[in-house]
Formats: sequence, structure tokens, C-alpha cells
Amino acid sequence: MELTLWTYEGPPHVGAIRVAASMRDVHLMLHSPQGDTYADLLFTMIERDGRRPPVTYTTFQARDLGSSTAEIVIKSLREAAERYKPQVLMVADSCTAELIQDQPGALALGADLPVPVISLEMAAYTRKENWGAAETFYQLVRGLLSRNAPAPGTQRPSRDPAVRPSVNLLGPTKLGFRCRDDVVEVERLLNSMGVDVNVVAPLGASPQDLLSIPNADANVNLCPEVSDLTCSWLARTFGMPTIKTIPMGWGATRDFIAEVAATVGIEVNMDQVGASRLPWYSRSIDSTYLTGKRVFVFADGSHAVAAARVARDEMGFEVVGIGTYSRERARDVRAAAKEYGLEALITDNYLEVEARVQELQPEMVLGTQMERHIAKRLGIPCAVISTPAHVQDYPARYSPQMGFEGANVLFDTWVHPLIMGLEEHLLHMFRDDFEFNDSVGPSHLGSEGEGARAAKTENAQDSETDETIVWAFEAEKELKKIPFFVRGKARRNTEKFAEEQGLSTIEVDTLYDAKAHFSN
Amino acid sequence: MSAVIVSSTESHHAGPQVQERGQRAVFCGLTSIIWLHRRIQDAFFLVVGSRTCAHLIQSAAGVMIFAEPRFATAILGERDLAGMADCHEELDRVVSELIARRSGINRLFLVGSCPSEVIKLDLETAAAKLQAKHENKVRISSFSGSGIETTFTQGEDQCLKSTVAELPTLEAGKENLIVLGTVSDIVEDQFRRLFDELGITDVHFYPGRKAGDMPPIGPGTRLIAAQPFVGETARALIARGAVLIEAPFPLGAEGSKSWFEAIAEAYSRPDDLVQHVLELPYQRAKRAVSSHRSKLEGKRIHFLPDSQLEIPMARFLSEECGLAINEIGTPFHDQLVMRGELSRLAPEVPIVEGQDLDPALERVRESRPDLTVCGMGIANALESEGLRTKWSIELVFSPVQGFDQAGDLASLFAKPLVRESILEVGSWS
Repeated sequence: MELTLWTYEGPPHVGAIRVAASMRDVHLMLHSPQGDTYADLLFTMIERDGRRPPVTYTTFQARDLGSSTAEIVIKSLREAAERYKPQVLMVADSCTAELIQDQPGALALGADLPVPVISLEMAAYTRKENWGAAETFYQLVRGLLSRNAPAPGTQRPSRDPAVRPSVNLLGPTKLGFRCRDDVVEVERLLNSMGVDVNVVAPLGASPQDLLSIPNADANVNLCPEVSDLTCSWLARTFGMPTIKTIPMGWGATRDFIAEVAATVGIEVNMDQVGASRLPWYSRSIDSTYLTGKRVFVFADGSHAVAAARVARDEMGFEVVGIGTYSRERARDVRAAAKEYGLEALITDNYLEVEARVQELQPEMVLGTQMERHIAKRLGIPCAVISTPAHVQDYPARYSPQMGFEGANVLFDTWVHPLIMGLEEHLLHMFRDDFEFNDSVGPSHLGSEGEGARAAKTENAQDSETDETIVWAFEAEKELKKIPFFVRGKARRNTEKFAEEQGLSTIEVDTLYDAKAHFSN
Repeated sequence: MSAVIVSSTESHHAGPQVQERGQRAVFCGLTSIIWLHRRIQDAFFLVVGSRTCAHLIQSAAGVMIFAEPRFATAILGERDLAGMADCHEELDRVVSELIARRSGINRLFLVGSCPSEVIKLDLETAAAKLQAKHENKVRISSFSGSGIETTFTQGEDQCLKSTVAELPTLEAGKENLIVLGTVSDIVEDQFRRLFDELGITDVHFYPGRKAGDMPPIGPGTRLIAAQPFVGETARALIARGAVLIEAPFPLGAEGSKSWFEAIAEAYSRPDDLVQHVLELPYQRAKRAVSSHRSKLEGKRIHFLPDSQLEIPMARFLSEECGLAINEIGTPFHDQLVMRGELSRLAPEVPIVEGQDLDPALERVRESRPDLTVCGMGIANALESEGLRTKWSIELVFSPVQGFDQAGDLASLFAKPLVRESILEVGSWS
């Protein structure tokens, strides 16, 4: 039993839903009670998806236990196959269903359904969301492709020189961090070096598309949290090489280009593939103030490792702490930490992360939505670099993290919460000035970011108060019960109303009369 | 394990009423913790469940709105399930950790979940044992918010019901009033002022702001529901002698007026006093609602099942805002507390209890109502099909009861329609 306030990852079946929701023409039948349907809102609210994930939940109840839960499974399977006509029907248990052991996978295989079935085992009590996504993607790819596997030891035929080289981009999913834009950016990068993208999966792929995965020369392991397992199976089974560099940051993007070129056997002029403004922006004098800023990095494994490199080598920050909530990626993060002379923090306990941030007192946090809250509480600037993320981290604009444009985005995003260079300089010069001081906060930010801890005076509007109107004690007390973000408006409206009505004292009823008056 | 999702078959609605079974798209009772922990300010809710439970509560609440929440999940691991770890010992360790960390907590609820119910973890006994250990520090008890037994708002009902046995007995010959169901602090204060003016004293709001606010109960107790999802608790209170006042819910100008009138009548307050006290807030509420009526009048609305507030909301919207009701879907129709509502609903309005998601969505697509009230997971999916929606969880989270919230309530429904008329981008047609 483990005490948890907030969790970084959902349960493994949420990972399965992420894979299903990312793809076309698949459907997932999840054996689960009704509460588990909350997973829909992760997609429709956080990522603003315009469709429900392709999931049928059995939503069994207590009265069904011991008698009819298996019948509900069969009924749900038939209805899902009939209604959605998927190319593949995946079947899984959520945590509660795992306990009642109906074995929906076996039921589905025996139900003579008019659609191929992939049965998933989600291990709800030992594993988590990213593992669930990786396992689902792997089972799907293996289930579809294993019968096409060449005999072990078969030499992979070399590419016809007339054919352009191609790779698959594996791993991007819905609810992944900026996957939508990273896929576009990496594809653009590959095209400009003369390499085609054969299949992107799971994001946007159909089961039919997965069948053509072996036609590419190599697999890009773009989101190892999801695609590691699949890439190594494809390497073992089809002899497909895996491209491991994640093109996040200027240097890593160049390394990626070199690795792709070497893997598919082409010559590339690095400087003609593309360029980023990051190197110049980082060298321009305004960026001097970034030097040695102490940053704390906490994310999923791949984003933590990539961000630390950008932070130190490309922004000139000092990495004072690094960690991950992902135990599956602990080894990579530990290895990276060693390079920075640090001990990695491997934990999914939010309180431990908070304690570490408090202890290290960094000047900037690069983290997840959780660290954003920790940093906000401690008054430290923060940029979100990884899932779990909230709705504002699924932006409308094009905002990749990978490739050369991704490097530009990283520069802007990480600098934004900080005080601008010249401004920081002036703050030092005038630090005793009564209105221009370091508790005022950055001039380009309202209430967030550095300096947000500065006390906000709640009675700022008091000066506007017409002195002829008095608030009765009870009314003033009532006003305080109104949420602070609309209190100012309520106060102004009530006073305006009282003035119009020629009242000199505002009673509780005046407050509500005004509320009704202005209500529209 | 009781099957509280099943409802009574007794009927008070003249019109078509069906029960549907199939895929449901409603939260489980654990979701109630989100508002219960804001209402009861010294209570802590410890869910004994899985990672799914923890993820559900944080997702439904919007990720981490409160720095250190007064709820948490004790996540069952493989060791607990395999019997390698004694669940009671584990719970003992977790609870001690929690109590040491949060000294301001006076009440701890162990909350059962789907997994804990399926493995038959006896949280009642666990709570009793833990109580003995932490006597004089914190009061510990349990209830179930599991999704196999409760739907969404029923979690509050189970929570309150679990505390009924602790309520002190009302002295013989004394009278009091219990207002049942969570209302926000500001609504409580408004209601108290009106009760004072009506000369109704010794009023208790249940749950109160503090876990120790335990209203005495007995044959002198009158009981009125402020929320429609408290039927089981109402029955438990009736069993201890309380007399239920039948009334519509205090939603809208008319609903609020009828609600107060029903209470005043039970107290035999003079009619002219009652009318005098209610007149000002009633007229004010009508003014506030009327400014939204033009935006709502003649529109067609469809309720998909979610919060159990569907029937009273439909009554308010048809009675006071001139909307036509397409269909009322409700996850669970407890007729005991709904009697005051049904008589005011047009007899031809169909009520569908339970859910079968896909056919229900097809009915919405076919009739294309002007507004569909639904859960958060479905709203954007319908919007992208050109339908306007109001997500129902807001109706539970915002103060909507009483005269002075009537305008706010109307505006919650008007806003999506106003937005449609403003926006010049995209298409909702």
C-alpha cells in the first residue's frame, strides 16, 4: 500500500487508451466499472480532442458480479465490433476487472467475432501508464506483423540505390508532450536530408499502416517511453536498425541527422539540412544573464535527459538536479546525472520532488505540471517540458520541441518565465528603488513567473471607492465571501449601483440587488 | 455490498419513464470527495484503491488545484492483493503517516473503491481498529464511493449516511431543522438569514463546515433536502425520527420560493410573514433570471445522465426560462426526494434512468437539441459535431441554490448559446 497525493502517471490501461485514441480504425474494449470512463475527458478536455476515444467500457456493477460480468463482456464486444467496424479490436482489463478474472481476451477469442482481436494484459497493480502504452503498441505491432517475419538469421536485403531511403517514426501518441508538432518537424527535417517517412505510429496510423513498417530502412525511437519495446522487437525480428538519438535541442538535432545518415547510408551536408536561431540567441549579449542559472530538471526519462543537455550546453545554465518519475527510464537518467556530477532523483512521490526543490533552491525548474505547481508555491520560475501536462501545454500554435524549430521553441519557452537580461541588470542597479524592485516581477508577465510571490494588495481598488458610500459591516463581510478574482468587479458594480440608486450605505441586500441588476 | 445504483420502481411521473442498461459514462462516487473536502474543512478523505482512483480524482478536479489536498489514495499493490502484506497493518501504517503529517485533521474517512470492494476489504472494521488507536485525536470512519455501487453524486450520500449513527439524539420536546446536502458557504449564509427572518431557529446544515457539526436528531427533527442526491441519508434520518418536508429543490426563483414556503408551512409560520420575507429576494431572483430568459426561451434542451440534478434543472429551465425539454437522462432516479419536482414537470417529458451510451448519443444526434447537458468526457465530442453543450459538473461545483444564485444558474445555461451568437469563426450549425 502506497500513500499517494498526486500521481504522475495514470494506470496502465490509460496507456492502452492513448494508443487506441492515437490510431485510426482500431477499437478498445475495456472491461471496467463506470468510474473508469473518466479517461475520456483526458482526451476531450486536456487535448481538446473532437471525438471520444474509441473505447467501449463494460461498466459492470456490483449486482453483475459473480453472475453476468462475462456476458456483459461478450455483449460489449459484439456491439463494438458491429457499431465501429474496426480493423482490429483490442481487449483489456482495468484494475478492478483484473481482480474478477473474467479473462476478456480469452472470451473475445472464443466469441467468433468478425474482426481480429488483440488481447492485452495490463498488470494494473505493478505497472503504470507509459508501460501500458508501450505494451499495447508492442502487442499490436507484434500481433499484426509476426506472421510476416523472415526466418531467423535472414539477411535484410539492401536498398535499391534508386529508391529514396525511408524511416518510421515510432512512439508519438495522443497526450504525449507536443507529439503532434514534433512529428511534423522531424518529418520536415528528414525530408530536407533526402529521407522519407514511411509510417508514423501510433499517432495517425491504422493497423493497415502498421503492416508496412518493415518496408522502411530503420525505425526512429522517437518516444522511447512508448516505442522502446517495439523498436527492439523490430530490430530482432526484421533486422531493422533503431535510431536512438532524440532530436531535442540544437546539438541533439545535429547528432540525429548524423545518426540517420549513417544508418541509412547517405552523405549529408549538415549545414544544408537546416538551422536554428538558438545558437545565436544564446550568444547574443542579452543572454549573458542566463549564465550559470541554477536549474532543476524533472520529467519523463527522455525529456529529462534531453533537457539537461540543452540547459547546460546550449543555454549556459547550471544543472543542479535531475530526476524522473519513470522507473523504466531510471538507468538513462542515472547515467545522464553522472555526467553532471549529480545523483539522479528517481521517484514518483510528488512530496519527495517538492522537498528536493526546496532544498536545492534552484532559480528555475524544468518539469511537468506537478513541478509547475511546486515551483509556483515556492515562487520559482518554471517551464513545462514533459507530461503530465495540462490543457495550456497543448497549444493552438505550432510548438514542437524537436528539430531546429524545436530548439527555437525551447529557447523562447525557457527564457519566458525569467526576468529579461537587460531588465535584470537594471534591477541590480536600482534595487532599492521603491517601485522598481525585485518584488515587482518581470515587466512582461502579469502575475506568474519570477516575483509572483510578491504580496498582492487585495485592497488596491480602495482608492477608487467613493467616500460618500459606506459599506455596512455585514455587507463587507459578505463581499469577502465572493471569490477574489471577481470580488473587485462585485465591489465596483455594487458601488456604482448604490450611487445610481442614491444610497449612502451598502447593505447585504444592496449587494445582491446590484448582482441581480448587473446579471446578464 | 449493496446495489444502490438500482432505484425504486415506484412512480410519481405521469409521463414516459424507462430504465436503460448498457455502457455508462458517469463518474463514480469518489468524485464527490472533490466538493465534500471543500465543504467539510477539517476532514480528510483517504481512498483505499488503485492508481486509477488517484488518477480519476485528480483528473476530474482539474490537475492539482489545491496545493496540498485533503484527500489521498492508499494504492493497493500486488503484495496487498496476494496477501503477502496484511492490508490492515498496511492501512495502519499509512494512516499513522497521514495523521502525523496533517495535524489539523479532525475527521478521517476511509473511502472504499471498486478494487477494495471486490477483494472485500472490510474498511468498517479497519476504521474501528484505527479509531481505537487514534482515540481523542481524530474521528475515523468509512464509506464506499466505489463505481460498482455508486454513481458520481451518490458518493456524498454514502458519506453522509455513514455518519448518521453518530448524530446525537434530539431532546424530547425540542424541534430543529436539518438542511441536507452540501451547499456552499455563501448559500448557507443566505439561507440562514431568511430562516431568521421567518422565525425558524435551530437550523443545521448537514454536512456542516466542520466535521464536528453534528445535528441532533429525533422525532422533533424536520428534514429538507437541498440536493437531490441524498436519498439514502434521508431514509436513515427518517428512520431516526426525522420528518421529511416534501418540496422542489431551491433552484431558481420559483424553486427557492416553494422550498422556503414548504418549510414555513411545516412550521406553521403565518402566511403574510412568509410572503413578506420572501417577496424581496423572490422579485430580485425573477429580475436576475429574466435578463437571461430571452436567450433561452423556446430552445430545446437534452439532459444526458450525470449528476442527478437533471430533473430539478429541467423543471427550472422549463418553468422559469421557457425551454422545451427533449429528454431527461438521469443516472439514478430516487423518487423519495424527487416528489416535489415531478408534479411540476410537463407530463409528456420522457425520463430515462440509467444509461446506454451509444444509443443515447444517437438520440441526441437525431434530435439535434439547442443545448445538451452532459459529462465532461462527452461535451467536446458533441461540440465538434456542431452541437452546443453545458458540462454538468459545473452545476455541482458552483453555488447555484437559492434566490440570489438564480440568475447565475440561468446564465450557466445561457452562456453557450450567447457564445454561439458572438463567435464569427468555425461552425456550430
